[in-house]
Amino acid sequence: MYAQMVDTGANKLRALEDMGPEERAFQERVDADVKIEPKDWMPEAYRKTLIRQISQHAHSEIVGMLPEGNWITRAPSLKRKAILMAKVQDEAGHGLYLYAAAETLGVSRDQLVADLHAGKAKYSSIFNYPTLTWADIGAIGWLVDGAAIMNQIPLCRCSFGPYSRAMIRVCKEESFHQRQGFDIMMTLCRGSAEQKAMAQDALNRWWWPSLMMFGPPDAVSNDELRQRFVDQTVPQADYLGITMPDPELKWNAERGHYDFGPIDWDELYNVVKGNGPCNRDRLQTRVKAWEEGAWVREAALAYAEKRAARAQKAA
Amino acid sequence: MTEDRRVFDYLLRLADSDLVLAQRLGEWVGHGPVLEEDIALTNVGLDLLGQARLWFAYAGEVEARFAEAGRSEDALAFLRDSGEFRNLLLVEQPNGNYADTMARQFYFDVWHQLLLVKLAHSRDPRIAEIAVKAEKEVVYHAERSADWIIRLGDGTDESHARIQAAIDDLWMYTGEMFDPDEIDTPLAEEGIGCDLRALEPAWREAVGSVLDEATLTLPGGTWMQRGGKKGVHTEHLGHMLATMQWLPRTYRGAEW
Ligand SMILES: [Fe+2]
Ligand SMILES: [Fe+2]
Repeated sequence: MYAQMVDTGANKLRALEDMGPEERAFQERVDADVKIEPKDWMPEAYRKTLIRQISQHAHSEIVGMLPEGNWITRAPSLKRKAILMAKVQDEAGHGLYLYAAAETLGVSRDQLVADLHAGKAKYSSIFNYPTLTWADIGAIGWLVDGAAIMNQIPLCRCSFGPYSRAMIRVCKEESFHQRQGFDIMMTLCRGSAEQKAMAQDALNRWWWPSLMMFGPPDAVSNDELRQRFVDQTVPQADYLGITMPDPELKWNAERGHYDFGPIDWDELYNVVKGNGPCNRDRLQTRVKAWEEGAWVREAALAYAEKRAARAQKAA
Repeated sequence: MTEDRRVFDYLLRLADSDLVLAQRLGEWVGHGPVLEEDIALTNVGLDLLGQARLWFAYAGEVEARFAEAGRSEDALAFLRDSGEFRNLLLVEQPNGNYADTMARQFYFDVWHQLLLVKLAHSRDPRIAEIAVKAEKEVVYHAERSADWIIRLGDGTDESHARIQAAIDDLWMYTGEMFDPDEIDTPLAEEGIGCDLRALEPAWREAVGSVLDEATLTLPGGTWMQRGGKKGVHTEHLGHMLATMQWLPRTYRGAEW
């Protein structure tokens, strides 16, 4: 998903000696690459940014289960069905430890989920595109998980300990997902003409949205990561024998990189605004699952309370 | 019917119930009442899918003994029509609400565990081997579904009413679990399968004690639906197979 390094929220332009003792200690730890832990003092802006970013990331994992879950019941072999179920389960696990990391900052998961359902919190726009064929499951693993890894590797070094540790775990699993996705694409590309056409069609639809995952070109690091992703992915497409939907894509020997055509940012902003093909469905699906599950959660809570009361009485 | 054909059919019953229930649980992914439940349901689904694949693999080997060739797991899962499916009617019932899903799971898990404990001593070493492995997983399934029955039964008024309704609704699909036919009986006598009738008292006791703790009532109905093992299913299976089998049937012979 689209994620940036966390801004520490401390004003770096201020000299250390102008800071209060707490802020100074905080800044010195960050500068010395010592992880900030939940109990440590931290600037309010840092805490807020972290909560926003980690929860946005967690929401992306959860909403991201939907486009792929869409194919579990239709996976074309038992092996693929098992791999896909395990993958979507991994994403749920990512959501779970990211919510847990956010909770160390003093917000509850319920509150974060309520913000998502109210449309106040964002999730990665990539999941607002539909999965129309089985090849989309391959393309998502290959491109979307691939881009996510590239975005997330820097986060493994994030200054906030719980986020950094969660990301190390997440990145390991995402790289499995990427390999599995590529394997689906390879099988399709080696298959019948129809299967290969399915793979090409999926690439056509997922390529540009994947490039947009690196965020707008307003930060140098976004463009650098995007270029790295293009350079890594184009040879893989060549190997598969399918082509990127970009007539301007070509190797630039002088730069030592692939040149690629302009990205349609209006499309991204439009999807971010809520006008993507699946924005409404994704959110409605999450809200529906949550609302329909309310009586189950209430029952579990009521039972736990009764049990605790009985245990107390017995004691 | 030759011995191999009987064993083949028997293995399909085991495989199909696992597969069909795994498919149902797969429908929940992303829609569970809470994230932890999404993960747990998927775990159970993955276990059952894994068990189905082991039974299918062995079924294919047994089939090769009497047919020209044994079918692959995918041919067995995706290219048989509903009349050839041998699963229990119980597991093909729709997910409904969470109580329906949990009641279905609970009835099945308790039976499944009792069955696997017996099959772990099968004279057929492959059946015994798979059953031993599967039973380790199913112990956990049965504990989990019993926990949920208790939680829902002894939770709120609403959850109590919902789970009691689900327990009642699904009751008529439990009879065929204990109903031996001309395949079960000889296999049980030879020590390959197991005596299904003998499982019933233990099942009733286990189910009854959980329902008791859950403040729920064991249904009293005596009419039981049957037909799963003979391929006579409820209307739900056809829809499930239409979804599940659509891709491999549309692109015949393709590798995925
Ligand atoms: Fe993930
Ligand atoms: Fe992933």
